[in-house]
Amino acid sequence: MVLGTIVEKLGLGVKTAPRDLTSEVTGAYVSDLLSDVMANSKEGNLWVTLQVHPNIVAVATLKDLSGIILVNGRQPAEETLKKAEEEQIPLMTTGLPTFQLVGKLYNLIGEC
Amino acid sequence: MVDEKEITKVQELVYELKVGQVMVKDVITVTPHNLMSELRDLLRDKRISGVPVVDKGRLVGLVSIEDFIKCLTDGKMGSPVEERMNRNVKTLYDNEPLVHAVKEFDRMGYGRFPVVDRESGKLMGIITKGDIIRGLLKKMEIDYQEEEIHRYRASHFFEDIVADKTTLIFQYNVIGKDFDRAGETSSGLKKTLRRMGISPKAIRRLAIATYEAEMNIVVFTDGGEITARVTPQEVRVEVVDSGPGIPDIKKAMEPGFSTAPDWIRELGFGAGMGLANIRKCADAMHLESTVGKGTRLEITVYLNEKEKHGSGNDS
Repeated sequence: MVLGTIVEKLGLGVKTAPRDLTSEVTGAYVSDLLSDVMANSKEGNLWVTLQVHPNIVAVATLKDLSGIILVNGRQPAEETLKKAEEEQIPLMTTGLPTFQLVGKLYNLIGEC
Repeated sequence: MVDEKEITKVQELVYELKVGQVMVKDVITVTPHNLMSELRDLLRDKRISGVPVVDKGRLVGLVSIEDFIKCLTDGKMGSPVEERMNRNVKTLYDNEPLVHAVKEFDRMGYGRFPVVDRESGKLMGIITKGDIIRGLLKKMEIDYQEEEIHRYRASHFFEDIVADKTTLIFQYNVIGKDFDRAGETSSGLKKTLRRMGISPKAIRRLAIATYEAEMNIVVFTDGGEITARVTPQEVRVEVVDSGPGIPDIKKAMEPGFSTAPDWIRELGFGAGMGLANIRKCADAMHLESTVGKGTRLEITVYLNEKEKHGSGNDS
């Protein structure tokens, strides 16, 4: 599924310039441990986390993730937003807690 | 997916290109005082269906093949162009984006628009749908050629070097405790290796291993250096710091073992997976450390697919 469709269906807030919401999402990975994401996420995955510091962008860039969803109404740090723009990593927010967001996301894209 | 991406590229170009870049500048024009009978040869010889009427450089009207036919039926071929031309001409400006032109063609259904200078009203050129298509194709071809040249340069990097042995060295300084800049070295190295045309698989493993090593420097030390040595056969990343050192390397290698303080863990670091991740990604890994002096880590990834890779041996 294309990222833009997921953004629309889940009512996510897009924090970065919405130029590249056409990338194909290959599934999702949910974790707040950066090393875990480094080790186990797959290329094109959407990453769900509550971490908001700039390093999440580095991880997403290195693993070629399709984007990051910040849960529970958390907002990205200013530096994080700047880096995300630089690296063109789509950064999205939701007011939902992780459990509910991931439930909805799973219903959308399933076990891909 | 491919379709959507191509549409996006064209859409991007339509906003990027200006009307002035794709219009035809060498325009055939007539003056208001030319006679309608003079149009016959012009329309036939040049195979055009409309001509802008220009008086002292300024556009004053447009005379089309329909105007000509109507004039012919009325039997008024001796009248000057200014009596038969359309004075209410819809124009475009040379400095507006092409997307406006596309919209106007859609809206008005005209075959052509004269292009004028926004300030002076001077005729600059003329644009048809065909010009837009040609302009877009040309721009896409130029972009594609640049991309091709770029790709060629990158992927033939080593082949173009004449030497018995080639090693490229990239060095990065890592600042300790600077979480804002953490990850820049591994991102930078990844980009560099990609431009050299190294296989994405090898790059991914190197990027992960280098990232973990970089984070170790940031979290635990006051700073260090990361040096990547690239040969056609392998990439060796050396990570050196003068930090606290590791008391028990064997224990530090165990997945989940961590000495990171709570505040670091709250940031999502210090999961005790770093060295384990490095071992998983590297073809060879060498770690030596002296408490109070520092740590030296060597990570090697082979670029030749035939070489053994997978879980590396640590020593």
